[in-house]
Amino acid sequence: MIERSQRDPAVAERLVRKRYAAERRFRFYGQLAMALGVGAVVFLIYTVFSKGYTAFIRAQVSLEVTLDSEQLGVTASSSEAELMRADYTTLIRRGWIESFPEVKKRSERRELLLLMSADAGNQVREAIIDNPSLLGTTQTFWVLMSSNTDQILKGNAPRDIEESRRLLSDKQLEWLDQLERDERIRTVFNFGFFTNGDSRAAEIAGIGGAITGSFYSLLICFLLSFPMGVAAAIYLEEFAPKNRWTELIEVNINNLAAVPSIVFGLLGLAVLLNFFGVPRSTPLAGGMVLSLMTLPTIIIACRASLKAVPPSIREAALGMGASPVQVVLHHVLPLAMPGTLTGTIIGLAQALGETAPLLMIGMFAFVADIPGGPLEAASALPVQIYLWAESSERGYVELTAAGIMVILVFLIAMNSLAVLFRKRFERRW
Amino acid sequence: MYADRKMNETQTSDSKDSSGLTPQIRISSKDVRVFYGEKEALHGIDLDIPANSVTALIGPSGCGKSTFLRCINRMNDVIDGCRVTGTLMLDGNDIYDPKLDVVQLRERVGMVFQKPNPFPKSIYDNVAYGPRIHGLARNRQELDEIVETSLRKAGLFEEVKDRLSEPGTGLSGGQQQRLCIARAISVNPEVILMDEPASALDPIATARIEELIDELRTNYTIVIVTHSMQQAARVSQQTGFFHLGDLVEFGATDDLFVRPQDKRTQDYITGRFG
Repeated sequence: MIERSQRDPAVAERLVRKRYAAERRFRFYGQLAMALGVGAVVFLIYTVFSKGYTAFIRAQVSLEVTLDSEQLGVTASSSEAELMRADYTTLIRRGWIESFPEVKKRSERRELLLLMSADAGNQVREAIIDNPSLLGTTQTFWVLMSSNTDQILKGNAPRDIEESRRLLSDKQLEWLDQLERDERIRTVFNFGFFTNGDSRAAEIAGIGGAITGSFYSLLICFLLSFPMGVAAAIYLEEFAPKNRWTELIEVNINNLAAVPSIVFGLLGLAVLLNFFGVPRSTPLAGGMVLSLMTLPTIIIACRASLKAVPPSIREAALGMGASPVQVVLHHVLPLAMPGTLTGTIIGLAQALGETAPLLMIGMFAFVADIPGGPLEAASALPVQIYLWAESSERGYVELTAAGIMVILVFLIAMNSLAVLFRKRFERRW
Repeated sequence: MYADRKMNETQTSDSKDSSGLTPQIRISSKDVRVFYGEKEALHGIDLDIPANSVTALIGPSGCGKSTFLRCINRMNDVIDGCRVTGTLMLDGNDIYDPKLDVVQLRERVGMVFQKPNPFPKSIYDNVAYGPRIHGLARNRQELDEIVETSLRKAGLFEEVKDRLSEPGTGLSGGQQQRLCIARAISVNPEVILMDEPASALDPIATARIEELIDELRTNYTIVIVTHSMQQAARVSQQTGFFHLGDLVEFGATDDLFVRPQDKRTQDYITGRFG
């Protein structure tokens, strides 16, 4: 029998108290770290949301215009091309100025014109092409206001500061108040933000072009990296002899996943663009560069999933007389697919947020048109955000935040899909 | 094509032979040695396994009995650095003949593993897999028939006939193992290798498997590796005792357990070492 050593009860109690205190402290540190992390995320989302939500609404002003056939030089029977060419901008500008009969001075008229979006003429054009019989009648149009007006109306830019620092002059504000009193101003949902390409006019700039560009880039990236990654993983995991060469390849694949993305961009520029002549600024080039980055992620995920398939399944299939390829294709690969797809989605989500390599291959050019295919010049979501963030005009601030919201929604959706896949199909042995 | 025909010929000539009275030798091993890298794991095994009977291989862990078993359907091929020398014949054909197709060998020599390892597919697909890859059924009807007969032979059909489309992994351990046996016999092999088929099962499931092995004996040559001497005594006609890579003693089960010739065998079966 071992005798308990004599211990002062006071010492024992102090030890216990010390231990409890240490545990409490430790838990507090953990909670603090959690709180900081959650706080940072909430702050980020709050900032982005509070700055960006206004981008989803736009101010419009109502305007009565007589669609004078003579002045436009077209009639209801004109061809669509002729209708396209006609000068609607002058028409709507005249209509705009005429609705303020008291404004006579040239300089004042110029200021007046700045309240309305430069794109207003296009809206009239679309209406007329849709329905040429409108020609010769007088119609009320709701046209977009200029970005600066929009910002003032939404309260994003202050109006109670001195005139020189304000977006609109005293006169312009007066006219604006006049319009508001006449109830000629309304706000509508900004559908154009999702369907338009980039523009020099902030009020009609949209993320549609960038979404399309990113979509094509990711499509190319997926089509290239998924089959290649899965094939490489299967070969390395199931067939390759374990020797120094395969070990070297393995180490390099793992290293590749850690290479800074700008390096892949440089590689794309030097090899794809300059050597192979892949068209610049296109989703094809972008997707190829991004697939270089996604490949290691997919290979690593696929190999891990293949490794997780228990050897007993392989033995069972081999024992039944399945050939090595049949073992992999009938049994091992289907079981490894959920994990592989999860890895692929995460890899693609990473690629979606990647900016640096796209800058290198020229996907940061100003592209106003929505790309019609992977061979047309395009922008991408993160690059578009970067471009807007660089713009000095006030209206792009909310667009930047709104762009971030869009990319966050895509990323969260993709990552949720990956989590769902894992939860749904993952098998435990 | 050629190998295919040859195999069919041997199979037909074989069925004639088995009607004879003398016990026919199905597997014959002469000086089989297995190396893992530099290490010799089996030191020259000479052993003749008669057809249509149960041969048990017993011995302490690491004695090489499983290694020998896995030589018979060349499952050792997939292990890196594993090398087999000597001759191992199945019905007079060299199993290690480089011209022999391993896939066809494994069609003739089925295997049941220690841990039940059904494919994570339906019960039906588990049994149908072998016939499918070996092209044994011409249509769905024939396949259904093969699946049903195999499950019946494995004594599982009545238990699962209403849930053939449910996953095989959802069955109990004993049922899973019988499913694996049904899967093994679905391609109608000549030999079934069993690597401790009941060691992961409870006593009732074990008894069920042992009964099944006894029933299967009439149609198949069974080689079973087991840790349990009682099991070997219950199910087998011949027993071989392995120790440290040697086949110490081989003979009729009744003789070996009652009158062991070798001191080591006696020590092992009386429980003096394990």
